[in-house]
Amino acid sequence: MLIQQLVNGLTLGAIYSLIALGYTLVYGILAMINFAHSEVLMLGSFCALGFAMLMPAAFGSGAARVVGMFAASMLGAGLLNVLIERFAYRPLRHISRLAPLISAIGVSIVLQNAVFLWISDQSVSFPQPISIRQIPIGGGASVSSLQLLILGAALGLMALLHFFVEHTRMGKAMRACADDISTAGLMGINADLIIAITFFVGGALGGAAGVLYGMNYGSIKYSLGFLPGAKAFTAAVLGGIGNIRGAVLGGFILGFLEVLASGYIPNGAEWRDVVAFTVLIVVLLFRPSGILGEKIAEKV
Amino acid sequence: MSRTARLLKARWTPWIVLAAALCLPIVGNLVEFPYLVRVGGVVGLFMLLALGLNFTLGYVGLFDLGFIAFYAIGAYATAIAMKAHVPAPLAIMLAVAVTVAARLLVGVTILRLRGDYLAVVTMGFGEIARLTINNLDSLTNGPKGMQVRSWRPLAFVAKDPNVQYYLLIVAAVALSAAASRRLEDSRVGRAWVAIREDEVAARLSGIPVQRYKLLAFTLSAVFAGLAGSLFALWEQFVTPESFVFWESMLVVSIVVLGGMGSISGVLLGALILGGLPPLMQAVLMMQERISTDWINYRYLIFGLILVLVTLFRPQGLLPSARREAELDS
Repeated sequence: MLIQQLVNGLTLGAIYSLIALGYTLVYGILAMINFAHSEVLMLGSFCALGFAMLMPAAFGSGAARVVGMFAASMLGAGLLNVLIERFAYRPLRHISRLAPLISAIGVSIVLQNAVFLWISDQSVSFPQPISIRQIPIGGGASVSSLQLLILGAALGLMALLHFFVEHTRMGKAMRACADDISTAGLMGINADLIIAITFFVGGALGGAAGVLYGMNYGSIKYSLGFLPGAKAFTAAVLGGIGNIRGAVLGGFILGFLEVLASGYIPNGAEWRDVVAFTVLIVVLLFRPSGILGEKIAEKV
Repeated sequence: MSRTARLLKARWTPWIVLAAALCLPIVGNLVEFPYLVRVGGVVGLFMLLALGLNFTLGYVGLFDLGFIAFYAIGAYATAIAMKAHVPAPLAIMLAVAVTVAARLLVGVTILRLRGDYLAVVTMGFGEIARLTINNLDSLTNGPKGMQVRSWRPLAFVAKDPNVQYYLLIVAAVALSAAASRRLEDSRVGRAWVAIREDEVAARLSGIPVQRYKLLAFTLSAVFAGLAGSLFALWEQFVTPESFVFWESMLVVSIVVLGGMGSISGVLLGALILGGLPPLMQAVLMMQERISTDWINYRYLIFGLILVLVTLFRPQGLLPSARREAELDS
């Protein structure tokens, strides 16, 4: 029972982590909460669905199709995030801290309603590109091939992100911008370009999470983004917002918490979100900058 | 000083606006559009909420993203009190007291946090409150919602309950705006703005920052509790559906777009953002030819307006003189 719960928690946590990374990357550079990220995630899953419906024959089934769906959603969600930054956030960047938040809310409303009006106002079923088999792992627990796919894809993407941020020139520029954007600009880094790339990477991870979400639950809907988005954001804060490792850690903690709460608390399925948010508040009260967040000295 | 600013500063402006608001039911009757009074009432409730949030977000600059939770607490406290056969006026007072107490309790625990961390925690608290209301079936009847015993105030003025509640809400908004205005110019109000502008400098000037933050945070609950209570009595029905996260964000948008810390700005923001969706729906429903299709577009249009207004007037529609000066420099 416990092992099974842990396996499920790991899967859920992997999805949360990917979404949390999108929040944390953007926050790391611009210190802003990208409230439209949940809609980027939602549209990513719709891009994958569109791809799967438009190209039923081209790839047949199996690995090629899975890769195609990921490519479509990551490209679509990444570009969408870049567009949002260019038109809704960049003009407001130096004006006030709250203005981008409001325009993000506006973008969210527009995107949700656009999907609601022009694609579907109901849940639509999400294609299952692989056949699901249960693989026993001892102790009466089992892991499904789908869960393995989710975990593999998520961990693979995280490894790629790690490589990109730590070992490439572009990643170095990104870290420089996160440290101090105006100094980075003086050192010859094109900050606007780096910000755009950060939004692309964050959006692409969100899009991938959207596909994993769709596969995990079997259907997608115009409003699917909000709840995982809000929870992944709290996960990012829990780990220490702006910190990449913190986002991954926070995502997995949240996944475990939720699964354990619904398994072990009476009526737990109803209360699991309450448990998740309560833990978040308690952790922040004792560690105000999150688990891995650095304590930043107050600027006077 | 620009002409609009001078107009707003004029002594008689609030009285003219109030008189115009009181004429709304008559206008609604004249143009045979009784729904107008309902829209007016909804706008009034948003004005109350926005005036409340203006204390924390506007004056002190605290990122408060879970304000609607206290609106919900006010509404549910009223519903529960009415179920226990408490007389309605007493139920309103009780609801405000409960809301203020809850807010105080939350404030004491979380106000140490700052900036975006406060934002997340208030958001988390908003969700906790909504989910708890949703799950505590024995007290709140869960997602099915609660009926509220009918109460018809001001029956001697008008027969239509919508008009009665409209007038009650207008009175509440007028009083709240007047109270905000007095506070703004007081020692307390100046301390709040000082904290918003520079917390460290405010502390060094001898302002007890935490205590003033807590005061603003707690006071704002009076408005939320009152609004929630009037909402419950007017609608005679409350459900957790009315208190979702988006409602919180709508109130935040009203305050930011109207102009943080500016009473006239906040009221104008509530008029536009709170009144637009129901008015669009009503007008579109009257034009039967274009009916249903266009009604669905109203939120899309609303979102676009939100983005465009933010892009073109990020300082808000009617910013307070102080913030305008800052943003111009």
